[in-house]
Amino acid sequence: MKKVIALLMSLALAFSLVACGSSNSSSGSDDTSDAQSQSSTEEGTEDAGTEEEENNTEEEASGTEDSTEDAGTADLSGTVSTNGSTSMEKVMSILIEAFEEEYPNVTVTYDATGSGAGITAATEGSADIGLASRNLKDEETGLTAYVVAIDGIAVIINPENTVEDLSLEQIAGLFNGTITNWSEVGGEDMEVAVIGREAGSGTRDGFESVVGVEDACVYDQELTSTGSVITAVAQNQYAIGYASLSEAAADDSVKVISVDGIEATEDTVKDGSYAIQRNFNMVVNDSATLSDAAQAFLDFCLSADVADYISQADAIQP
Amino acid sequence: MKLRNTIEKLMNGLFFLCGMVSIAMVALITIYMIISGLPAIVEIGPLNFFFGTEWASTASDPRYGILPFILASVYGTLGACLIGVPVGLMTAIFLSKIANKRTAGVVRTAVELLSGIPSVVYGLVGAIILVPLIMNLFSLKNGTCLLAAILVLAVMILPSIISVSETALSAVPKEYEEGSLALGATEMETYFKVSLPAAKSGVAAGIVLGIGRAVGEAMAVMMVAGNVANMPSLFSSVTFLTTAIAKEMSYSSGLQRRALYSIGLVLFLFIMLINTVMGRLLKKGDDDKK
Repeated sequence: MKKVIALLMSLALAFSLVACGSSNSSSGSDDTSDAQSQSSTEEGTEDAGTEEEENNTEEEASGTEDSTEDAGTADLSGTVSTNGSTSMEKVMSILIEAFEEEYPNVTVTYDATGSGAGITAATEGSADIGLASRNLKDEETGLTAYVVAIDGIAVIINPENTVEDLSLEQIAGLFNGTITNWSEVGGEDMEVAVIGREAGSGTRDGFESVVGVEDACVYDQELTSTGSVITAVAQNQYAIGYASLSEAAADDSVKVISVDGIEATEDTVKDGSYAIQRNFNMVVNDSATLSDAAQAFLDFCLSADVADYISQADAIQP
Repeated sequence: MKLRNTIEKLMNGLFFLCGMVSIAMVALITIYMIISGLPAIVEIGPLNFFFGTEWASTASDPRYGILPFILASVYGTLGACLIGVPVGLMTAIFLSKIANKRTAGVVRTAVELLSGIPSVVYGLVGAIILVPLIMNLFSLKNGTCLLAAILVLAVMILPSIISVSETALSAVPKEYEEGSLALGATEMETYFKVSLPAAKSGVAAGIVLGIGRAVGEAMAVMMVAGNVANMPSLFSSVTFLTTAIAKEMSYSSGLQRRALYSIGLVLFLFIMLINTVMGRLLKKGDDDKK
């Protein structure tokens, strides 16, 4: 009986995998057209919509579409190696998938080794592009970092909690266990339950490094997805947690608090005033010339067309 | 005639091959677990690995002690048995001895349904109903804890205990019970002092089967236990051996990943041990009957 069930389940799994594959590719192409139509409508409304301008943007949009089908992109071939930050996995996998769809003969590899290793790889030339989820240090010279995406992390609490604003130090205190009661930060007299992500998660790594509580957090729950953190915080009036900004802001069941008086929004992340954020950088060695394929990949990742992909990966395009 | 012989031989070979598949799989998994799990234990040092009380796999100075996981798994399983075994046993006695046919049918269907519910559903119900309940009942700041895991596991192991024990109890020769009753024992005395001892190896097998399920459960535990690598206590967030692997595997790398395989090896050995014990018990039951 069990074997029959196991067989059925594996069949179902195989079918669902197949289904995933096809739906992914189709949704990918949908997204590109979405992005283009969005950008054209946005520009249209901003410019109060003179017809000529609208036509222009549409032509541009169709122009880029043509070029994607053009033989020119198919001519480019080769392998691009990227290496570095594990936190950038989500962004990179989405960008690589989109890029390889557009340039079918180029293969992009991604090794998740860590930001430090990524910068070393770019310096030594063992990878075309190094990936770093932190900015370059002063002693890391001879390199240029391009910001591909900004990772904004929201601090979330239960809507019943009256706290609206916290300083970075207060957040650090709440997470490392030196502040154990909400009354110490201007809230009601109740205990603090700290909810975070599992070890190895990019959001956890990003949050802890920006707030300065690496390996010092005293968690009450470690959950394995942004969604479950939001659910857990929504259920527990004592809770504080963190989640990627785009998902937390879209969810009414939790309250996103402001940090040092600055609200967490896409705009404050972009202009750098919101504190809990970090850059996802692509690091290139100044003394080496990039191959055509690598240059194309870099240009692709930095182009405005990929804004949608980057928001799909819960990050924000600079 | 010749053709028939060939077909016979061919079919024999086919059946033999099918039989070999499961053996090959067990051998393959065992070998793979040992090859991928052992190096990290050696690298970390068996003493640090098995008796270290701290697990901080991504810290700048990583520590890989799995004692909290082992203890949480052991306590969680024992706790689940503490609740699940009495309830399960009494249900089994009820089903096989006391209940009339119609009631027994209804209860049995319910038990079968219980065993068919996927573990993620147990986890979901636990996370949405049980965890807030525990939080409010004991006025805790956080409801995900060992107790929640124990309660969920207790329900999850019920079906295995009930169905195996019931079969064993129903197989007790009627003469035993009739003899006991004829000697003036009450029904309850008969069930607990005659039927249960006579069925003890089957009942034990049911309990061990339940233990196996509790030790190996990951999904439901992950949703209610909080998954922090604390040394276990009833109201603190804990990580089981299974959830330690499940929660970190997706983003792990290097020694962290290899250490997760080592946890898998430890878990594998646990399950092997439990299965061996169960094999012994069942065999003993057969010997008793002879």
